[in-house]
Amino acid sequence: MILFDTVTKLYPNQNRPALEDASLEIEKGEFVFLVGPSGSGKSTFLRLVLREERPTSGKVWVLGKDLSRLSNWKIPTLRREIGTVFQDFRLLPNKSVFENVAFALEVIGKPNAHIKKVVPEVLEVVGLEDKAQRRPDELSGGEQQRVAIARAFVNRPKLLLADEPTGNLDPGTSVGIMKLLDRINRLGTTVVMSTHDAQIVDQMRRRVVELENGHVVRDQSRGVYGYAR
Amino acid sequence: MRAQFVASEVGNGLRRNLTMTLAVIITVAVSLTLFGVSLLVRAQVDTMKDFWYDKVEVSLFLCAKSSDTPSCAGGAVTAAQRDQIEADLESLRPLVQDIYYESQTEAYARFQEQFANSPIVDSVNKNALPESFRVKLADPTQYDVVASAFSGRPGIEQVNDQRQVLDKFFRLLGGLQAIALIIAVVMSIVTVLLVANTMRVAAFSRRRETGIMRLVGASNLYIQLPFLLEAAVSAGIGAILAVGGLILAKAVVIDQILAPSFQFTAFVGWDAVAGIAPMLILVGIGLSGVAAFLTLRKYLRV
Repeated sequence: MILFDTVTKLYPNQNRPALEDASLEIEKGEFVFLVGPSGSGKSTFLRLVLREERPTSGKVWVLGKDLSRLSNWKIPTLRREIGTVFQDFRLLPNKSVFENVAFALEVIGKPNAHIKKVVPEVLEVVGLEDKAQRRPDELSGGEQQRVAIARAFVNRPKLLLADEPTGNLDPGTSVGIMKLLDRINRLGTTVVMSTHDAQIVDQMRRRVVELENGHVVRDQSRGVYGYAR
Repeated sequence: MRAQFVASEVGNGLRRNLTMTLAVIITVAVSLTLFGVSLLVRAQVDTMKDFWYDKVEVSLFLCAKSSDTPSCAGGAVTAAQRDQIEADLESLRPLVQDIYYESQTEAYARFQEQFANSPIVDSVNKNALPESFRVKLADPTQYDVVASAFSGRPGIEQVNDQRQVLDKFFRLLGGLQAIALIIAVVMSIVTVLLVANTMRVAAFSRRRETGIMRLVGASNLYIQLPFLLEAAVSAGIGAILAVGGLILAKAVVIDQILAPSFQFTAFVGWDAVAGIAPMLILVGIGLSGVAAFLTLRKYLRV
């Protein structure tokens, strides 16, 4: 699903690489936590998977494709198979819940009939079927993140990347979001989630990859957030 | 491609950015109007050249009694000199196409006709007007051959090429055309910069949407098309205004003002306007399209 082969990423005008000789393999259907302090390379990892950045050296394989050989015009096709969720939700404030989710399908040219069919389905998956006509500012943070997850999942991606999805939410709400991500994972989507939330990682008992200063320092199945807390 | 989605995006974009849209429309309209005017002036010069070069002749004015140039030292031209000049002109065929002799009587009649409404007619004596050979050349640019063969010859006061007079006038029009063209080029540069900046602002104000589009895998075409169409629509409106300005220039300035006062010459017809109009629209849309495309490549990368 994802394969990093001795990947180094050095941003321009910086002395220290954001990722250095990182090697990692994530299998189809896994649920992986990416943990580590700020600046440890979690976001760079996710950006490399999305081909928003290219590695300075090493190779990145995603969904069976060598991203260094992927031509620019094929990037959209890759991203249609990857759902993405962020800490700040990134919803369009002037569109309703339904329209926000539909937007992701409209812009990849899906027909209206298809949109009318699948958007209510995915809103039911995230538990917002009765709030389809609300605007984002009428929703709680947890509900907004559910909309974002619905948008990421509506095209049934093989891979879901979540960049600190519970970072702006209170613990109770976070549990609900984690249950949703777990459900999506059980529907067959590989989930990679970066987080600072130790409680969640410890509760879920899934594979944990820890980054520190751009290095993979721990890779543990059924892991916890960290030893020293 | 969902046409309705793209169309609504374009409409929203134009409305949200109304001041910039208006600025683009106006600059495109002004620069294209000037471009059109410059093309119209060129068409006018061509029309006039066709009209006049057909009619221009080289005039060989013969000495009259009152002539005081050195070649007329012997007084009025003699019959022998006149016959010799005519024979020499005949020998220049086929460069010389037509030869026409105008006597003093005929010259006076023509003079009276030309200045019918002017008091000058009464003050000019028939004998003050020279007799002349009017020569039509097969190729008007070969004037020098005639001039060098005849000027300064005894019995000839002056060799005159009407084309030289016309050329001064055409040079004036050419100068006006060049000025219009230079302003048009400068305005086009302004237009390109303005379109580029408008696109930059539009891309920035919609960065949230375009960011999401990139993430969910919208193709570049889908992301950029609304922006490109916005540029094309505002440029298209500007170009249509420019065509309107050109039609107005032809209908009012040429047909209503110039043509009635200068009836002796030909003016450009509507066919010239019809030829220029599509060019203006293409140039306008092309110009802003290229500017928008280059800007978007920078601000809307995948």
